Amino acid sequence: MSRHAPVADWATDFDHRDPRWVEDPFPIWDDLRKRCPVAHSKRFEDGAYFASRYDDVREIAYDSEHFSSRRVIVREKKIQPQPAPPITSDPPEHTPARRVLLPPFTAQAIAKIEPHTRAICRELLDKLAAGRTADGAVDYAQHIPVRVIAHMLGVPEDDGDLFREWIHLLLEVGISDESVILPTLQKMAVYFGVEIEKRRVKPCDDLISFLLAARVDGQPLSPAHVQGSLRLLLIAGIDTTWSAIGASLWHLATHAEDRRRLAKEPALLPTAIEEFLRAYAPVTMAREVVKETTVGGCTFREKGQVLLSFPSANRDSAMFPDADRVLIDRAENRHAAFGLGRHRCLGSNLARMEIQVAIGEWLARFPEFRLADGAKVTWSEGTVRGPRRLPLALG
Amino acid sequence: MADARILRVRVDGERCQGHNRCCALAPELFEADELGNSKVKGEGRVPAALEAKARLAASNCPEHAVRLSHE
Repeated sequence: MSRHAPVADWATDFDHRDPRWVEDPFPIWDDLRKRCPVAHSKRFEDGAYFASRYDDVREIAYDSEHFSSRRVIVREKKIQPQPAPPITSDPPEHTPARRVLLPPFTAQAIAKIEPHTRAICRELLDKLAAGRTADGAVDYAQHIPVRVIAHMLGVPEDDGDLFREWIHLLLEVGISDESVILPTLQKMAVYFGVEIEKRRVKPCDDLISFLLAARVDGQPLSPAHVQGSLRLLLIAGIDTTWSAIGASLWHLATHAEDRRRLAKEPALLPTAIEEFLRAYAPVTMAREVVKETTVGGCTFREKGQVLLSFPSANRDSAMFPDADRVLIDRAENRHAAFGLGRHRCLGSNLARMEIQVAIGEWLARFPEFRLADGAKVTWSEGTVRGPRRLPLALG
Repeated sequence: MADARILRVRVDGERCQGHNRCCALAPELFEADELGNSKVKGEGRVPAALEAKARLAASNCPEHAVRLSHE
C-alpha cells in the first residue's frame, strides 16, 4: 500500500514513511547507529539527514548556529516557514518567546490540572468497563491529551475530532502532500480568531487569555505570535502524549511480567514511565542546516533538512546499558524523549502528569489485559510515533 | 565508599533546561523556580541520609546540570 518507492538502502535513501520503518523502526535504527551513523535521503527537498546516535543528536540539538529550528518538520517539498514560537524560534528571539510560555507549564501549575485529568481517565474507563475488548489508542489514549489541552486553552473539549484531523493533515499527510497545509492552518487561524475575540471582550482564566495578557519588554505579543503559539500548544500536546500513553499500554499488553509488577507496585510507576519514554520516545524533531558543518564525521550541507531522532538516541548502547531492553526499574535514565538543550519540550511536566495518571488509572481498573486475539496493531506515520489501533482483551 | 567529607550539590543554571528530573527524584534537595528551572533548596549541603537521592538526581539529569562535589 506504500505510496513511496521501496527503500533499498536505509543509509543513503531512508524514508520514514516506509511501511517497514512505520511498523518496526528499531532494527533499522540499530543498524544505522552501528554502521552509518548519519543517514541521508534525496526524497526530501534539499536532501534530508537522519542523526541516529545519542552524541550526534545532542551536538545538533545544542548547535543553533548551524542548525535552525525554523522548519521542525521534514517535508517532501519545503513550505514557507510557519512560525509557531518558541518551537520554531532561534536565538535571540527564542528566549523571550519561551519565557512567556514557561509559567503555566511548571510542575506546580500542572499539578492543579491533575484532578481534572484523573476525572477524564475515569470517565473513559467507566465506558470501557462494560466490554471485554477495547482499543487502547482509539477508545482511551487519544482522548486524554486532547481534552486536557482543550481545558487549558479554554475551548470545548468536544472539539477533539477537529483537532486530531488538523494534526493528521499537518503532521502525517502534509509530509508528502504540502497542498493540505495552508488550508489547515487557515482553518486553525479562523477557529482561534473567534476564541481570541471572545477573550478580548471578556478575559478568562485560560491559556488564550494568558497569551493575550502576556508582555515582552512591555509590549503585547503580535497577533501572529499569539496565533503561532496557540497552534503550537494545540499541535504539540496531543498526538505526542497520545502516542506515549498508547506505547506504554502496548508494552504492558505484550509484557505480562512488567504489567503484573506495576499493577502490584504503583510506586514504581514514575520510574517505569521514564523507561517507556526512553524506549518508545514518540517525538523526532527536525532542524534546517543554515551553515555547513560536520557532526559525527558527516558533512551537513546548507539548506539540508535534519531529523533529530531522539527515539534512536534513546536506544544507543554507547549511552544506555542494555539499551534494547525495557527495564521498568532502570534507575539511571538520562533519556532525551523531551529533547535536549534550549528546545526542551515546554509541556514535559504536563505530558509526564498525563501519562502517569492515564497508566496508573488504567492499571487500577484493568490490572489484567493483553493484545486481543488476532489484533492488528497499527502505528502512526511520520515523526510522532505511537499506536493508532491497539485492540486489547480486558480481564 | 564511606567519605567523611560533606557532599554538596548545585544546579548549573547555564545547563539546566527545566526537565525537573531532580525535583521529581529528590524533592528534599531541589525545587523549581517560577519558570520551571531547577534550583537547590537551601545551601546545597546534602545530609548523609539523602546522598543516594542526590546521586540519583545527578545521574538522571539529561543536561548534566546537577553537579556533586565533596568538601
